[in-house]
Amino acid sequence: MNAHNPAIVAKGDTLLSIENVSLAFGGVKALSDISFDIRKGEIRAIIGPNGAGKTSMLNVINGFYHPQQGRILFQGRTRAKMRPHEAAAGGIARTFQNVALFRGMSALDNIMAGRTLAMHSNFFWQLLRYGPAMQEEVVHRRRVEEIIDFLEIAAIRKTPVGRLPYGLQKRVELGRALAMEPQLLLLDEPMAGMNLEEKEDMSRFIIDVNHQFGTTIALIEHDMGVVMDLSDRVVVLDYGRKIADGTPTEIMANQKVIDAYLGVAH
Amino acid sequence: MFYREAGQFKTSYAADQAVFPLLQDRIGIGVILAVAFVLIPLTGNSFVLQAMMIPFLIFSLASIGLNILTGYTGLISLGTGAFMGVGAYACYKLTTYFPNVNIIVWVICSGFASAAVGVLFGLPSLRIKGFYLAVATLAAQFFLSWCFIRVPWLYNNNSSGAIEVPLRTFFGIPITGPNATPMTRYFVVLSIVVAMTWLASNLVHGRIGRMWMAVRDMDIAAELIGIRLLPTKLFAFAVSSFYCGVSGALLVFLWYGGAEPAVFDVNQSFFILFMVIIGGLGSLLGSFFGAALIFLLPIVLRFLPPKLGFQIHSAMIDHVQFLVVGTLIIVFLILEPAGLARLWSIAKQKLRVWPFPY
Repeated sequence: MNAHNPAIVAKGDTLLSIENVSLAFGGVKALSDISFDIRKGEIRAIIGPNGAGKTSMLNVINGFYHPQQGRILFQGRTRAKMRPHEAAAGGIARTFQNVALFRGMSALDNIMAGRTLAMHSNFFWQLLRYGPAMQEEVVHRRRVEEIIDFLEIAAIRKTPVGRLPYGLQKRVELGRALAMEPQLLLLDEPMAGMNLEEKEDMSRFIIDVNHQFGTTIALIEHDMGVVMDLSDRVVVLDYGRKIADGTPTEIMANQKVIDAYLGVAH
Repeated sequence: MFYREAGQFKTSYAADQAVFPLLQDRIGIGVILAVAFVLIPLTGNSFVLQAMMIPFLIFSLASIGLNILTGYTGLISLGTGAFMGVGAYACYKLTTYFPNVNIIVWVICSGFASAAVGVLFGLPSLRIKGFYLAVATLAAQFFLSWCFIRVPWLYNNNSSGAIEVPLRTFFGIPITGPNATPMTRYFVVLSIVVAMTWLASNLVHGRIGRMWMAVRDMDIAAELIGIRLLPTKLFAFAVSSFYCGVSGALLVFLWYGGAEPAVFDVNQSFFILFMVIIGGLGSLLGSFFGAALIFLLPIVLRFLPPKLGFQIHSAMIDHVQFLVVGTLIIVFLILEPAGLARLWSIAKQKLRVWPFPY
């Protein structure tokens, strides 16, 4: 599926493991000594109150931040310090909390841009827009159209994304990440600011991505109903520390989690 | 009514991914090319060709160059004039050393010299953005301007400090130097500009163009889909400077016939930047609109009133010209900050649904 990854991880095996990762900005400890793993084919939720370090965790996974301590194993290999584009080449895709689309481009071009890594025709064919360049353009357009069909955004494919409503922008962003055919898809609050219907749609897409493409998903979300329904396993962070890790039922019963969310009586 | 896609069914992705998917657009381009290649040479006198069309095309090419950098990749440059100068001087040196090689080959090759210089001065673009990058490219502008004055080798130790274009022929027809007719030069410039515009449009509609625009719109997300920022930005600098270099070589060899360093000073950079901003950032068509508004309109204003029978004092015309062009620039920028190209696309959109807008 992904030419960049010869190592195939079987479903259920560990795809990504985080071992004793600590990250600090000056004196502020964003993450301290966090360990957890993500298994191939599962939906893994990362939850926690505001400022718990969830987004920092995702940024560490896809190479924006480099942890001072700890190591990260992706597909069984220890990952050296890597830049985000290297993480992308390794098969990690991501959507953002605030939509980070290419605003000047159409929905179609945004998703086509997600195919950049898979396109190889050289500069001279690109200049002529002929031969291999055009064949490649058509092949990847077909692939992108499948994603557009899947996400039900065929009607807006030629619309500049800046003009789309928020819910659709989120969907296009998901499409752009899917176009990379990732091994691991990181979703940072995919349902933030959505109404119930949009949340239901998005949940359906996430489950379908997981089932149909077998994509491993790590998601951050604040809507507990959604988290508990979607995810296979949940890791809970609070003040940069891991306070719980387990299945949704275990998490819901965990006293530490309840304390973190509701506060404790003094 | 006349401009709409109703009934034009695409049956392949290749047809839908075409640069001009609409039949009417393709007809329009055909008409424009016919006018440029047939009607203007047939009807235009040497003044129209020499003083209007040739420089208009050359400035359009320079605008396309800057537009690739500023409009498509989002990197502001104030070094356009200097990059044009590099092209001009490179072409001059090349044709001095190898006078027997066709001058058109050297005009194109001089773009590579400019591209190399552009990449060098584009290196800071990974770390600095926006106004700060503009200042960095301004340093390039001043440094290269200094070279054009202080390095006598560049102008063959000419005592005047200027370069003079020698006579060069193409299949026996003089195309540069004093003996070349405006008609021949017009055809040479037009062919090069049309070909290079076509290539630029291919580039910006494909993978490379999407990479540039991705870097412009959201560099973090661009990096996340696997785009490496520095090579992409440097590539934009290279292509942009290539276009500027070729246009600089054309400017000297096929328009001025000789040039002083002052031609490539910071004013030239601003001149091209205005064309790009008013024409429309991120639009090749806009580059032509911008060049027309900034360069052609003043000439038309100067020569139209006498033609229509108004006898106005020439000093008066000067003032009126400044007033009108200045006002128009402000009006267009207020009306549509995204440039004339956006006005044009809005007009096309209106035309699509006319006469029953919804």
